[in-house]
Parts: sequence; C-alpha cells; structure tokens
Amino acid sequence: MDELDRKIITATQAGLPLVKKPYTAIAEQLGIDSETVKQRLQNMLDKGQIRRIGAVPNHYKLGYKANAMSVWNVPDDEIKELGDQLSALPFVSHCYERPRFLPEWPYNLFTMLHGKSREEVADKVQQVVKLLGEYCVGYELLYSKQILKKTGLRLKAKD
Amino acid sequence: MDETDRLIINSLQGNFPISDQPYLEVAQQLGISEDELLSRLQTMLDSRTLTRFGPMYDIQKLGGSFSLCAIRVPAERFEEVTEIVNAFPEVAHNYERDHEFNMWYVLATESPEQIIQTNQAIEARTGLKVYNMPKIQEFFVGLHFQA
Repeated sequence: MDELDRKIITATQAGLPLVKKPYTAIAEQLGIDSETVKQRLQNMLDKGQIRRIGAVPNHYKLGYKANAMSVWNVPDDEIKELGDQLSALPFVSHCYERPRFLPEWPYNLFTMLHGKSREEVADKVQQVVKLLGEYCVGYELLYSKQILKKTGLRLKAKD
Repeated sequence: MDETDRLIINSLQGNFPISDQPYLEVAQQLGISEDELLSRLQTMLDSRTLTRFGPMYDIQKLGGSFSLCAIRVPAERFEEVTEIVNAFPEVAHNYERDHEFNMWYVLATESPEQIIQTNQAIEARTGLKVYNMPKIQEFFVGLHFQA
C-alpha cells in the first residue's frame, strides 16, 4: 500500500458516494484522474486487499435476530480438515482457528451462526455437532446481547 | 423493505462494477432506473438496513493487524469497562455476549505491536485480564444474507 492507495482507502472506507459517477467524484476529491482511482481499486480487488465491493446489510434488520458465536473444542491434528468441512455448510460464516487458554478457555474453532430465531440456530448447531462427530470434545454458544461499538475498520488519514 | 429492496440487497453484496457509471449498469441489470437505485440505496442506508455501501477492505492484506479479544467483566463493572474499552480508537467492534466471557472486541491496528500495546493499556486501565485470540488460520469468510 503506497500513499495513493492509502488516500483512496481513507476516501472510500466509509462508503462510495451515491452519485452517478462515484469514482469520478472520489478522483475529484483527491485531485487525481478517475482512471487511476478505478485501476487502483481493481488492483486492490485482484490482490484481495478489497474483499468485495457492494452492500453490507444489517443482518438484524433483515430479521437475523439470533446471532451466536459458536466455539468448539476439536483435536488440533484434525482442525484443518474439520474447518474446511464446516466452511462448506451454507449457514457458516467466519470460520477460524484461534488459540486456547487452558483451563478456562478450551475452544480452538470459532464460527458465527446466524438465524431468525434461537430455534433455527439450535438446529444449525445440531448439524455441526453431527458433522464433527467424535471429534467434538465440547462446544458453547455465545449469543450476542448487544452491540457496544461498531465503527468498522478505519485507517487514519495521514497529514 | 419491498421486493425491489430485497432484489437490490440480494444482488448487490459483491461484484459492484468498477466503471464510469456503475449504478447505471447495475440498475439496468435489475430492471430499474439509475435514479431509483440511488434513492433506494440512500433510503436503506438512512434506515440502517444497510450498514455500508462500498469496498470492504481486508486490513490484514493491507499490512495491518486484527485480533479478537475477550474479557470476563464482573457484572457490576460492565458499564465502566465498556466505556474504557470503547474509548480506544483501535477497538473496531465490541459486543456483549451471554457468557462468563461477556465482552468480545475486535482490535484493528496498523501493526502487530499495536495489538499488544493496546491490550496492555486495556489491562492496565481495567485491571482485568485480556484474552487475546488472533486467528491462527482462516477457513472461510463471508456469508450471503438473504433478505
């Protein structure tokens, strides 16, 4: 990331302008030409530095009111295989291996489960339990009670 | 939210074009006018049906750092600790969860050292142990929400 990328990121991280030519608007704001803005964005997209460009829905507003972080204790030797299998389930998002803190935190596999009700989430949990089979040493569900802060990622603008 | 809003949400969670008039392109695919698409996006952002519209950056691939951290906060101190933690600009998200580990926040910083420094500062200010749980490996990211 060079200085120009950083400027483009800070100009767009809160969102694209809702005008007919959004990339031209960004270019004018930064005092560069719109081709450069488009090329830089395309380049960051190709490199995976931009995951995607589009709408980020508020899943609470879409009716997904039951949102649980599910945490699983699985054998370290099997985690790659199990993580890949879990990821293939259509309702699984954000599947990660994370460190344990023994004895108080034995869980090493994390995934978010979203549903319109806790019953729907419970049904998804059972599908995960079934898939993990004998490798599931233990699990817990941590439902979100409230969002305390959500600003998203913000690079600070330099100068 | 009506059928057109649903159509917009379901078809616009990625692949927004990088072109001169991207809204026009998308509107044509959806069979609505460019002005209607723009005004519906604005309305959905205003009502918080959409939290954002634009590029989603991967801070790690940009050289930054990211970590999920947890604290077991005594119930009677929850409000006070929330205030301390949220005041750090490095804290991008913070959620209360129904568990003994009841506070879960995400740090986003420009270097790995800042993750450690921020957590040390949070421990010093709160007197509570921070469980730093950065990802060791990622199996999958991204769920397509059906509106």
